[in-house]
Amino acid sequence: MRRQMVLRVVGKLFIPYMLLFALYVQFHGDFGPGGGFQAGVIAAAAIIFYALIFGLPAARRLAPDAVVEAMVALGVLLYAGVGVAGMVLGGNYLDYFVLDRDPVAGQHRGIFWVEAGVGTTVTGVMLKIFYMFAGRGRGLEER
Amino acid sequence: MMVVTVLAIVLQRNLFSVVVLAGIYSFLMATVLLALDAVDVAMTEASVGAGISTVLLLGALYLCGGEEAKPLHRPWLPLGVALLIVAALVYGTFGLPEFSDPLAPFHTHVVPRYLEQALKETGVPNVVTAVLASYRGYDTLGETVVVFTAGIGVIALLRRTRRREEDR
Repeated sequence: MRRQMVLRVVGKLFIPYMLLFALYVQFHGDFGPGGGFQAGVIAAAAIIFYALIFGLPAARRLAPDAVVEAMVALGVLLYAGVGVAGMVLGGNYLDYFVLDRDPVAGQHRGIFWVEAGVGTTVTGVMLKIFYMFAGRGRGLEER
Repeated sequence: MMVVTVLAIVLQRNLFSVVVLAGIYSFLMATVLLALDAVDVAMTEASVGAGISTVLLLGALYLCGGEEAKPLHRPWLPLGVALLIVAALVYGTFGLPEFSDPLAPFHTHVVPRYLEQALKETGVPNVVTAVLASYRGYDTLGETVVVFTAGIGVIALLRRTRRREEDR
């Protein structure tokens, strides 16, 4: 699909806004609908869109395999790390109110990092699954 | 609308149109969830069901061809099992409280506490996020680990076959 002019132009126009929207959903999830999972899927969808239009190698240059694989594990570690941080600061596992002097602010901080962890893992897994499927055979992008 | 889509999916033999129809079904499901005021779930359904899984299924179709094979067996036994399960599920719904009954157990147990205290205790106006990340933090950690495991599983399965192909 690399020679489709319309798709390329529309893709170039839209992909930055898709990523921006993913970030909005991620960090505004406390106040509006959304959260880590949805944001992760939207971010992954933006990059998959890019891969469909510009080809898998281009997407692999944008988000290399090593980075994606690291994201898969880092998200879970971040989430679990928040729990450990709560324990270190004197609470139970996954207690957030010890993370800040003000318990409510601590909750907010805990939720923020936990959602960031979820988003990271989901983006990584979705992208990795797509790479794995598309990289098999001759690949989706070389049609 | 949804029934029509499902019937079309069942009757259709071209897998490409089945995938597209499944995407349409997901979008319809998302609108239903939106009508039920479950915005977060609707968003997930639209992005995962209609977006990512459609792309993944199309990728799979590219690898294995787009026509459904003729079934080898008569469908009567699976049909019977399916109908039996439908009957059991419908029988089960009679035991549920009525739709939007304010005295239903799930409205009187912990939900009022979440709705009243979530903003005060967590400072997060979106109660869904508060419940998901704070009150039910362990469950969400478990979910994240499930997603992680799924990703690792796909990596482990697909990568081994690729390496074996290289050996040949």
